[in-house]
Amino acid sequence: MGTTASQLSKESLSEYQELTFLTKQEILLAHKRFTELLEKHEKDQIDARVPMNKIITLPELKSNPFKERICHVFSTSEQKDGSLTFEDFLDLLSAFSDSATLEIKSHYAFRIFDFDDDGTLDCADLEKLVNCLTGETNDAKLSSTEMKQLISNILEESDIDKDGTVNLSEFQHVISRSPDFVSSFKIVL
Amino acid sequence: MGNSQRNSRILPLTAAAHLHQVGIEIDGDLSESDDGGTQRRPNRRQAGGRGGAKGRGRGKKPASDDEDEEDEAPRGRRGANRKKPAKKRGGDDEDESEDEPPKRKRGGAANKKKGGKAQDSDDDDSDVGKGKKGGKERRRKRRLRGDGKGKGKDKGKDKDDDKDKKKKKKKKGDSSSDSSSNSSEEEESMSEGEMARLMEEVEEKKKLIANIRNKPWRMQRRLKHLKEAQEFVDKFEGVFFGKGKAGSGHFGSSVASYFIFLRWMYGMNLVLFGFTFGLVVIPEVLMGLPYGSIPRKTVPRAEQDTAQDYSVLMDFNGYCKYSVLFYGYYNNQRTIGVLKFRLPLSYLMVSIGTFGYSLMLVIRTMAKNADVGGGDGEDSDFTFAWKMFTSWDYLIGNAETADNKYASITTSFKESIVDEQENQKDENIHLRRFLRVLANFLITCSLGGSGYLIYFVVKRSQEFATRDDLSWYEKNEMEIVMSLLGLVCPPLFETIAELEDYHPRIALKWQLGRIFALFLGNLYTFLFALFDEVNTKLEEEQAIKNASIWAMKEYYANYSRLMNDSEATPPPMDPADVIRGPCWETAVGIEFVKLTVSDIQVSYLTILIGDFARAVIVRFLNYCWCWDLEAGFPSYAEFDISGNVLGLVFNQGMIWMGAFYAPGLVGINVLRLLSSMYYQCWAVMATNVPHERVFKASKSNNFYMGLLLLVLFLSLLPVVYTIMTLPPSFDCGPFSGKDKMFDVVMETIDLDLPAFMGTLFSYAANPGLIIPAVLLMVLAIYYLNSVSEAYQNSNMELKKKMKMVCRKSPQFSLHMC
Repeated sequence: MGTTASQLSKESLSEYQELTFLTKQEILLAHKRFTELLEKHEKDQIDARVPMNKIITLPELKSNPFKERICHVFSTSEQKDGSLTFEDFLDLLSAFSDSATLEIKSHYAFRIFDFDDDGTLDCADLEKLVNCLTGETNDAKLSSTEMKQLISNILEESDIDKDGTVNLSEFQHVISRSPDFVSSFKIVL
Repeated sequence: MGNSQRNSRILPLTAAAHLHQVGIEIDGDLSESDDGGTQRRPNRRQAGGRGGAKGRGRGKKPASDDEDEEDEAPRGRRGANRKKPAKKRGGDDEDESEDEPPKRKRGGAANKKKGGKAQDSDDDDSDVGKGKKGGKERRRKRRLRGDGKGKGKDKGKDKDDDKDKKKKKKKKGDSSSDSSSNSSEEEESMSEGEMARLMEEVEEKKKLIANIRNKPWRMQRRLKHLKEAQEFVDKFEGVFFGKGKAGSGHFGSSVASYFIFLRWMYGMNLVLFGFTFGLVVIPEVLMGLPYGSIPRKTVPRAEQDTAQDYSVLMDFNGYCKYSVLFYGYYNNQRTIGVLKFRLPLSYLMVSIGTFGYSLMLVIRTMAKNADVGGGDGEDSDFTFAWKMFTSWDYLIGNAETADNKYASITTSFKESIVDEQENQKDENIHLRRFLRVLANFLITCSLGGSGYLIYFVVKRSQEFATRDDLSWYEKNEMEIVMSLLGLVCPPLFETIAELEDYHPRIALKWQLGRIFALFLGNLYTFLFALFDEVNTKLEEEQAIKNASIWAMKEYYANYSRLMNDSEATPPPMDPADVIRGPCWETAVGIEFVKLTVSDIQVSYLTILIGDFARAVIVRFLNYCWCWDLEAGFPSYAEFDISGNVLGLVFNQGMIWMGAFYAPGLVGINVLRLLSSMYYQCWAVMATNVPHERVFKASKSNNFYMGLLLLVLFLSLLPVVYTIMTLPPSFDCGPFSGKDKMFDVVMETIDLDLPAFMGTLFSYAANPGLIIPAVLLMVLAIYYLNSVSEAYQNSNMELKKKMKMVCRKSPQFSLHMC
């Protein structure tokens, strides 16, 4: 199922179509964009990895505050360095595609927001999340009282079992009610 | 090529958005129905209930025959497809592909039938079962044999529509040649109804794929199902790319939503245009009398010299006035041509049908949006969590927009925090109240002033109509004044509103409400002034009627005197010489057309000057100007979503009103919307900057739909008044010679329908029957209202219970919550 040379074989193309939410054109486009990021000598390798710092130069990810987290979540590298192979890249695009289901999207959203990768969203995760969302400048950050207030409000709303963290099902419960989530959680090349 | 390519690229966002709606619905169904085979059927019914037309379509399927479903499904799907996006992004659907369907429909229907027949033969070959039930059982058996875990997917398949099922049956038959021939057939079938169905099926397929990815299955089975699913999905390559993406990448989803709304409007107008053109204009042109044969179709002798002048044509006088564009051209012959086409009846029915269709469309879209939105009660539940988890728009690809987004998110966090904590600050509450009262007073004054100004200007234009030496300004004064008011007043309101010191969200609502009041007031003042004029004309008519009869008698007398033969029948008077009545309907039609045209001109000019010229100036003068033009005073223009949407809504209201008097108006509007799409898209991309406050309008879309509905009712009123009360002109239009316009319906009932229908209708029109019917409807409304309240209450109770249980026993929380 690997990629051969710098062209996708018809077989792998159809297999990818089967395994992701992407259409043939989307996969081809993704392949083209991915190979642009590769070094010359890597272009023929099957499992070439693109390091994270190149992935986040993609225009679709450049302005995204969660770009590093996205790379980490979809990366299958043993060194946990956020590098992506082509198949990881396809996984990424598939989860963010138009036709991915709510379950898939919320599953990955949860993992993206889970900064410490412990399977739940605790206060530290939420704090980092808020800081990501408010941007990098100092005057945009919330003060610590505001932050505490915000986090306690969120936990009050979403933490159903009152354990102080938001787990996956609570998260999905909240997300499933949102009318905007599916439409905003989308990346199109 | 370019045009069709662009058209196909217009589809994307709407298609994508539609998929979202579908996706959300279907996913909701799927997650509920994860519990196993036995629950499949109830879930399907549930899905039917929730999914509106779509769900109903699916629910119906199991019971009916394959062939029937083919015919049913397109109607159902097309209906489903007609739902309006309304939501910025979630929206879409509907008629974005209106210009493509006619070609495709034919091919589509033919192909479907072919596909169906092929399928059926497969069915018969491979199994006893007929239709869906057979198919389903077969699939169930396969599933049981194969793999217990496929239930979710099966449910998905159960919910699939017939095309899907056919494909699966094919798979069972399982020859690759079959599948490829099937897919090639289906590649050709892309009619509008099919688009909708295809989109839904793609969703189904993708769901399939998702489940397959999540659940361990044997590879062969997975591959098989995925292959068929993917073939289907392949057809959508290219649908996902296009114009909308560029816009949304730059600006986020709210600007895209305006364009979705615009496309929806365009689709609706195209359908209305089709009705009007096909059922009124074309018959008159093809089967009616040609130009110049009867008085109403001829330019009067007095005007013939100037009839071809450009300035006269621009005013829609001269040859324009005596053409199919306006009401006055149509003949009142009861039936025309070989086909005995009843034109007057058709004219009336098309006008009523226009309103009926628009009403149905708007309501269906509103219902669909309300459904997808999950109901308003939920909003307050998760405000913070949603802000955290769903506020980032991943489509943003531009650093500037991202910065604005950060700013807006931060502001919104801070606002919500403050909101939560806020106690009513009592500082200077009296001053605040006074200021608010003052502001409202000022605004009411300006609204009143603008209304009076319009009335005054319309009256003046009536005086001008009698004079001939008019400057260009005087001729178009009314339209200019109305457009200027529409431009100047909203910023005025905004400035006055600063006095009020409201929370920004509330201030925005007030602003929108005031702009709405402004437009409404202007439109209705215009109408009143117009109908004043109509009454004057009606009085005139009487005098002219007498004069024309007298002239006719004189002509005959002269003729028989000249020929010295009182018995000879004189040739009919030359149509251009007959004395003509004032034909008030055409006059009203002309006013509407002129208003629309000037509105178009003003809006295009505004974009050109206000956006483009401003951008050019700011960009190039910035080098040699004292202060930073880009950050300071003019800077670049923001794309005013709400203003544009309101403008669109009111433009549509004018079209609805004017279409009765000027059938050509709908065509003009179609052209306008088409050009607007491209023009505004270019303007937005080239000259506008992203909003500082990113206006999240997903919930507000029902607000705009509600406005549209209100405007629809308000535009219905003048037309109904005209049809029911005003007497038609005696010498022009399809209803001339009758007492009231709806007499044509009575005439048809009397003459064309069998006798018992006439008696039936007369019974039905009996007050003794109508009053109880109205009472019954009121009772029904009351009953449905109480039922819905009861459901809401039980909903709340269930929610509370769930929360309590989850709290008490956390081990259940994973399962239930």
